[in-house]
Amino acid sequence: MTRAINLRIGAGLVLVLTVAALLSLVWTPYDYTVLSVTQKFRPPSADHWLGTDQLGRDVVSLLMAASVNSLAVAFISVGIGGSIGTALGLTASAFGGWVETVIMRVADLGFAFPALLFAIMLAAAFGPSLTNAILAIAFINVPIFTRVARGAANQIWTRDYVLAGRAAGASQFSLTIDHVLPNISATLIVQATIEFAVAILAEAALSYLGLGAQPPMPSWGRMLNEAQTLMYLAPQLAIYPGLCIIAAVLGFGLLGDGLRDISDPRLARARA
Amino acid sequence: MIEAENISVAFGEAEALRRVSLSLRPGERLGLVGESGSGKSMLGLALMGMLPEAAQMTGRLAIDGHDLSRATDNEWRDMRARKVAMIFQEPMMALNPLRRVGDTVMEPLRLHLGLSKSDARRRALELFEETGIQEPEEKLRQYPHELSGGQRQRVLIALALACDPGILIADEPTTALDAHVALRITDLLTRLARDRGMVLVFISHDLAAVARTVETVAVMYGGEIVEKGPVAQVLSDPRHPYTKGLLHARPTITGGELRKRLPMIPGNVPALADLPHGCRFSGRCSVELPQCAEVRPALLGIGGLRACACHHVPEVVE
Amino acid sequence: MQVFLIKRTLGFLTTILAISVIVFLVMNVLPGDPSVTILGIDSSEDARAALRAQLGLDDPIWQRYLHWIWGVAQGDFGTSYFFRVPVGELIAERLPLTLSLAAFGTLATVVLGIVLGVIAAANHGRAGDWIIMLLSQLGIAIPAFWLSMLLVLLFAVKLRWLPPGGFPGWDEPVAALRSLILPTTALALVQSAVLARVTRSSALEVMRLDFVRTARATGMTRGRILGRHILPNALVPIVTIVGMQVAAVVTGTIVIENVFYLPGLGRLVFQSISNRDLFTVQALVVLFAAIVVTANFLVDIAYVLIDPRLKGRLS
Repeated sequence: MTRAINLRIGAGLVLVLTVAALLSLVWTPYDYTVLSVTQKFRPPSADHWLGTDQLGRDVVSLLMAASVNSLAVAFISVGIGGSIGTALGLTASAFGGWVETVIMRVADLGFAFPALLFAIMLAAAFGPSLTNAILAIAFINVPIFTRVARGAANQIWTRDYVLAGRAAGASQFSLTIDHVLPNISATLIVQATIEFAVAILAEAALSYLGLGAQPPMPSWGRMLNEAQTLMYLAPQLAIYPGLCIIAAVLGFGLLGDGLRDISDPRLARARA
Repeated sequence: MIEAENISVAFGEAEALRRVSLSLRPGERLGLVGESGSGKSMLGLALMGMLPEAAQMTGRLAIDGHDLSRATDNEWRDMRARKVAMIFQEPMMALNPLRRVGDTVMEPLRLHLGLSKSDARRRALELFEETGIQEPEEKLRQYPHELSGGQRQRVLIALALACDPGILIADEPTTALDAHVALRITDLLTRLARDRGMVLVFISHDLAAVARTVETVAVMYGGEIVEKGPVAQVLSDPRHPYTKGLLHARPTITGGELRKRLPMIPGNVPALADLPHGCRFSGRCSVELPQCAEVRPALLGIGGLRACACHHVPEVVE
Repeated sequence: MQVFLIKRTLGFLTTILAISVIVFLVMNVLPGDPSVTILGIDSSEDARAALRAQLGLDDPIWQRYLHWIWGVAQGDFGTSYFFRVPVGELIAERLPLTLSLAAFGTLATVVLGIVLGVIAAANHGRAGDWIIMLLSQLGIAIPAFWLSMLLVLLFAVKLRWLPPGGFPGWDEPVAALRSLILPTTALALVQSAVLARVTRSSALEVMRLDFVRTARATGMTRGRILGRHILPNALVPIVTIVGMQVAAVVTGTIVIENVFYLPGLGRLVFQSISNRDLFTVQALVVLFAAIVVTANFLVDIAYVLIDPRLKGRLS
C-alpha cells in the first residue's frame, strides 16, 4: 500500500522533472544566457517567479535548463557504467571459474574509489570538465552493475529452461543473450533507476566543487557554488537548486524502490 | 496454580480460542494435543501473557491467585520467569546466538533475584546439573551453536526454571529433536515437575510423548477443548470422533509428523475464519448429525474424570 | 582464525598495491606527459625537458612506479612541485583536522543512525516509525554540501551562534571544536539517514527470531530485550553499512572542508588540482582510497569479533 504511494510520488516527480527538462530545450520563460546588470537580484514576482540571480538571469529558466544537464549526465553515466558492468557481470556468470574470480576481484577493487576520488584523479590529470565527471560517475557504476548482474544471472543459470538449452548444445553466449539477459532486465532497470538518483547527487556535488559542469553551462550544483559566496546578500539563491536536487534524487529513489517492490513482491513483504 | 475460565482469543472476527477452561493444581501435568492451528500453542501463549498484539482476550485467568484477565504488560512481566515459565520448539534459535549459554541463564537470576555474579554462576551450575547437562562447568562458557539440540533444550529448561516458577509451559519441546533425545527430555520434564511440585503444561502433537509425560490430556480442535481426561483412558478409549481420528492417524509409537494430514480424517483444518459456528469439527466428522454445524456441543462430564464435547456422547452425571 | 586473518591481511595489502598501480597509471600514463600537466600546454619544450630530468620522468614507466611506491612505503610521498616541500609534510600538517572531522562525523553518524533506527523499529508501524522513516528518506536525498549551506544560513548567518567557516587551529581548542560542529552535523545527518534505515530493518528482522520470545518469556523488559538481545544480533548488517559509510564520510570530508573552508586534506586536494600539483594529488588520492579500503578491512575483522559462530567456522 505505502509502496504504491512511494511509486506514485516517485513517478510523479520524475515526470515533472522530465517534462521541465524537455520543455527547456524548446522554451524557457527567459533566455538564461542573457545577462542583465539592471535585472540582478530581483525578488520573486509575476515576471520572474523565483526572481533573478546575481547576473540578472531568470532563476526558473536556469533551473529548467540545469535539469537537462542533470538528467543527461545521469543517463549517459549510468548507461555507460551500467552497460560495461552488466557485460562484465554476465561474462563472470556465464564462464564461472577463474574468469568469474578475476572479474569479481577487479570489481571489488572498483569499490575502493568513490566517484569523487576518481573525478579528482581525472581533474588533476586532464583538468576539470563535465566529461570527466561523467566518466567518474560511469566508473562507479561498473562494479555495482557487475555485482548485481552476476548475482541475478547466477540464479537464472540454474533454471530448467536454461539447463535444457545447455543440454541442447546452445553456446554460453546465445544462452546469455536469449535467456539470462531478458530475465535479469527487471533487476537491472530497478538498479539503474536507483543509480540515477545517486548519479544526480554525484553530478551536483562534482559541479558544486568545480569538477563537473563548467561555466556558462547551467547546473544545479554550480548554481549552489555561486550562491554560496552570495549567502549574506541573496540567501534565496542557495535554496532553489537544492530543492531541485532533492526532488530529482527523491523521485528516482522512490521510483526505484517502488519498481523493485513490483518486480519482487516477496522482497517487499520482507521489508514491510 | 492456574485457573482459567472461558478464555477466548480473537483476531477480529476469527476466534483462535473459544471458551477454554482449565484448572491446574501444583504438581499436575496436563498435555495439550491437536494439529497445527488447533489453538494449543495459542493457549500456551495466553497463559504467558504473550499473545500477539492484535489478539483480543476475554474470560477470567488467574495464576497463583493473581487475577491476570486485564493485566498490563508490566504486570505480566513480573509473573514471567518467577511464576510461570515457558520453553519453545526449535532450540536452534531459541537461545541468543551471540551469548554464552551461561550468561543467558544467569541473566534472569541476576535481574529478577538480584544475585551477585558469582552466586548467579553457582545457581546456573546447579540448574545445569539438575537438568542433566554433562560437564556443566564447561557448557556454561559455550555458545548455543557449540551445543547439540538436546543440550540446547536442556539449557532452555534450566533457563525456564531459573527463578523457581510454579508453572512450566512446554510448547513442542521435543519436536525438533531426535526420538531418543526427545524421550530423555520428556522424562526430565516429568521428573522436574514431580520433584518441584510444578504445574506442567505439555503442548505436543506427539501422542506417545504426551502419554509418557502427563497425567491428564486435553485434545484441542479449532480453538476448543473437545475431549479431556486421564491420559491412559483417553488414548485407549477415545470418545470424541476427532480424538478417534487422531489416534488412528498415529503413525508410530514414538510419534512422527502429524502436522500435514490425518489419513482417517477427511480434509484439512479449516482456516480460523472459516470454522463452523456449532461443533468446530462438523464438516470433517464421519458421524455428523444435522444440528452439529449449528449447535455448539458443551464440554460435559462423561463419567470418571473424563469430559467430552460431542452431541453423540451423552453426559454422565455422577 | 589465524589463517583467516593472514588471508584477509594479504588481500588487504594486495588491494592497496593494486590501488596504487591504478592511481599511478591514471595520473601518469593516461595524460601522456606529466610535465605538460604540471607546466601547462603553453610551456616551452626546454622547461618541460628540464622538469622531466629533475623528476626522473624520462625513466621507463615501471621504474618510475617502483621508485614512487618504494618511497611511499617508507613514508616519502615525493615533493610538492608547487609548495616546494615534501608532500608528507603537507599531509602531516593537515591530517589531524581531516581525521578529527572524519572521526566526529563517523561517531555522530553511528550514534544518531543506530538510535533513530532502534526507535523506529521499537515503534514499528506507529507514528515514531513513520516520522523517522520519512525524515531518513529525505535525508538520503539531501546533498551534504547543500545541507551545509542551509546550516550556515541558519546558525551562522541568521542566528550567529556558530562560525560560517574557517578553522582557528588547535591552539584554541574551544573555538576549534566550535568550528567543527556544523561540518560534523552536515556529514552525520545525511549518513545517519542511511544507517537508521538499515538499523531499523535489521532490528525488525531479528525481532522475529525465537530467542527474542525466549527473552520475553524470562520476564525481560522491552528496553533490555532491545538493547541486550536484539541490537547485538542486528549488528552484522549495521557494521557492513558503517564500513561503507566510513568511506562516504571520508570522501564527504573532502566536500565539507571545501564548503566550510577548513584547511584539511580535502582543501589541499583542491588547491593542488588548481596548482597542477600532480604528485600531491596522486599521494592524496592513494591515501583516501587506502582509508576506504582499511575501513572495509576492519569491518571484515569486526564480523568475527561480533559473531562467535563465524570464529567457529573459521578455525
